[in-house]
Amino acid sequence: MLDDFLVRAALAGVGVSLAAAPLGCFIVWRRMAYFGDATAHAAMLGVALSLTLSTPIFAGVLLISLLMAVTVSTLSGRGYAMDTLLGVMAHSALAVGLVAVSFLSGVRIDLMAYLFGDILAVGKTDLAIIWGGALLVLVMVGYRWSALLLSTLNPDLAMASGISPRREQLVLTIALAIVVAVAIKVVGVLLIAAMLIIPAASARRFSRTPEVMALMAAIIGACANVAGLSFSYHFDSPTGPTIVCVVAVLFIALNTIQLISQRLSARLTSIRQD
Amino acid sequence: MHEAVKPARTFVLNAALKDAEMLIQARNLSVRIGKVPILNGIDLHAERGEILTVIGPNGSGKSTLLRTLIGALKPSGGQIIRSPGLSIGYVPQRLHVDETLPMTVKRFLQLPHRVSSAAMQAAMDNAGVPGLLGQQLISLSGGQLQRVLLARALLDKPGLLLLDEPTQGLDRRGTAEFYRHIDTTRKALNCAVIMVSHDLQVVMRQSERVICLNGHICCEGKPEVVSNSAEYRNLFGFEDDEDTLAVYSHRGHNQAPDALQEAV
Repeated sequence: MLDDFLVRAALAGVGVSLAAAPLGCFIVWRRMAYFGDATAHAAMLGVALSLTLSTPIFAGVLLISLLMAVTVSTLSGRGYAMDTLLGVMAHSALAVGLVAVSFLSGVRIDLMAYLFGDILAVGKTDLAIIWGGALLVLVMVGYRWSALLLSTLNPDLAMASGISPRREQLVLTIALAIVVAVAIKVVGVLLIAAMLIIPAASARRFSRTPEVMALMAAIIGACANVAGLSFSYHFDSPTGPTIVCVVAVLFIALNTIQLISQRLSARLTSIRQD
Repeated sequence: MHEAVKPARTFVLNAALKDAEMLIQARNLSVRIGKVPILNGIDLHAERGEILTVIGPNGSGKSTLLRTLIGALKPSGGQIIRSPGLSIGYVPQRLHVDETLPMTVKRFLQLPHRVSSAAMQAAMDNAGVPGLLGQQLISLSGGQLQRVLLARALLDKPGLLLLDEPTQGLDRRGTAEFYRHIDTTRKALNCAVIMVSHDLQVVMRQSERVICLNGHICCEGKPEVVSNSAEYRNLFGFEDDEDTLAVYSHRGHNQAPDALQEAV
């Protein structure tokens, strides 16, 4: 079964979606959408590093993503606004990465594969890395779930309960770096943030608890992956972007449905608000 | 009258919480936010079963003090000693819930750990908001949210309850009920309460001790003692306003008799 490249691609996409869902929720809740973006952009430097040192892409990307995530976590709140800091680091790292890649002589590099992913080229080893990383992220986030939630809701309440919000932020940051590293093959540097944020944002309006939102985000992400893959196969469109297009359409469709049903029950809502 | 006020800096502390009744103690505490000194040389302690109220003008560091006591801010000097295993219930000044975060009251009460349905229901009943368990946090009014926060803070039967202007958003009746609930709770749990308050009249009625804060401790003592002190009157601009003070002492019926004696 794993010999079919489409099956491997589908499994890879689903694996990334599962790990990205709860992380994406935290990114939405904590308003750190740009953080995911920045970590992903910095990953390009990791690609260059891996190619230079002939190590697996995954290792280089993981290293740089971690470095980036930890640096930003540490520096934030020390005189620079978070988004300024991210802007400086992310784009510098992306630029340095692209320049560094161009200097690599003798290696023909398909830059597009890293920028937009190459999910159809996922091999068995890639699949193992993706699922290993995804499971690791799920275990990390699952284990710290309540502490992460309370830190997200209010850091002071967390402190009063003996939870360190800084430590929880670090857990989140490391998990994010792992997801970026495993997702680069699937959707590429430029579209990872979309896989993190859009499923979570789509799930928001249909969720009453954080757990439901994370679960729905996972389902939406996984469905979009499979659907995107099949569209891409039939219409011969680039796979990564097609998957993101499907997620975006789902986002719009779900929000429209919600808006219409909200209009219909507008009366009920106004009574509730009184 | 004035000499009855303890000058803050000379307040003498015993060695590391020898007293079993002592729950938390701050020694010569200083806190900076960025480079701005907010608190300086704070000495305070709270004992089991007492209500300690912190008053002070805006920007005097009241919230900073509470946030330092829960450990959210690192002191730049001095130390905080807690009795071992002390559990803290904390009600922040306000809770901003991001609208992207779906969270029912029921789920919120179970952060960070599971609580039985019966305990949740009892806590909500006691806080005067029995029907809200299924509601979203973002849909609550300011007053409802304060009560839910209190219910959550009390779920773990804390040894120390820290309240930061807890009656913001409550109407007068709500405020009275809120303080009555705090008082009942304190007696039931035999916990210490440290609270920041603007309700000076309530302070006079309820507290054993009042700390008057303005970056440092200006004065402290029994409510009547503090309200008659020059520092307090300077701080709140009561220099020539004998009427205001008369109102306070007039309304201070419910104080313990010994407190009254000392005040007169």
